[in-house]
Amino acid sequence: MNVTVNGDRRELTEGTTLRELVKQFNLTPEKVALELNRRLVRSEKYDTALKEGDEVEIVTFVGGG
Amino acid sequence: MDIFRIKNFEIRNRLFVGTGKYATYEIMQKALEASACQVVTVAVRRERLVDKEGRSLLDFLDLSKYVILPNTAGCFSAEDAIRVSLLGRDLLEKQGNKGAGWVKLEVLGDKKTLLPDPVGTIEATKELVKEGFTVLAYSSDDPRAAVRIKEAGAASVMPAGSPIGSGQGVLNPLNISLCLELLKEGDPTYPVIVDAGVGTASDVTIAMELGADGVLLNTGIAHAKDAVKMAEAMKHALEAGRLAYQSGRIPKKRYATASSPFEGVISYIPGE
Repeated sequence: MNVTVNGDRRELTEGTTLRELVKQFNLTPEKVALELNRRLVRSEKYDTALKEGDEVEIVTFVGGG
Repeated sequence: MDIFRIKNFEIRNRLFVGTGKYATYEIMQKALEASACQVVTVAVRRERLVDKEGRSLLDFLDLSKYVILPNTAGCFSAEDAIRVSLLGRDLLEKQGNKGAGWVKLEVLGDKKTLLPDPVGTIEATKELVKEGFTVLAYSSDDPRAAVRIKEAGAASVMPAGSPIGSGQGVLNPLNISLCLELLKEGDPTYPVIVDAGVGTASDVTIAMELGADGVLLNTGIAHAKDAVKMAEAMKHALEAGRLAYQSGRIPKKRYATASSPFEGVISYIPGE
């Protein structure tokens, strides 16, 4: 299925969850925050399975003023 | 005791420092240390998904030592600023940092001036306050806009001294002074923090002498030739400005008043 992750279209296995997606990128769930289709997803819901056309944002803190 | 409080939170140091634009993370760490700040700002951005061996900010920020204030830099609409605020809060809750629920709200008007959009700022403030956020709102130095933002529920209004990163210091001290007067009318402890445009140490002192409760800066330190030394200068500048403000300065006079008495002089004074 096609899912947009951080602005890029990616092909993922059907049923990939948010948690699995984060792991695929070698990221730690505690150090990122997630949006699914422009809405914040809290960690309790990280086992949500993604669907075709979903848009995911995986963000973290960077330097800023 | 000179206590600085925003909402119920007691802040130990009135200098807030940004984490952006340093040459290296190590220099950032040393500069933050030298500044003696307690509150540091950070931005929220997409995680790099390729080449994750790179170093990241959180590896260099001691979350037990600093209170993290996420900003909504790069947001040009209330909607985006709210999204970013929610993400920032989620990150801080996970990290157990005291800054969770705080946000430096920036709703910008355009990329060139980076001046805040007052309407978007007010809309976002109202929404974020409903969501339980403590909003520290970046504002222009327009006193009436600042008051509207306070009325929208901001826990602090942060008027700009001059455009972000411009290093021009406090360009309109009258406006900053009027912001302070109007924001603190009947509410003398309402926190007002001068944010943006600080170029050198004296800018910080000037802001504090006007009566600001604190100063927030980033570029003035990060892009100084010696960032760590400048951070130390800023620390002293803030203390000097705060003490001077509390001391009650002498008025400015048109003519001279001698510091040594004229009584008992042995000299000839012309005109007498």
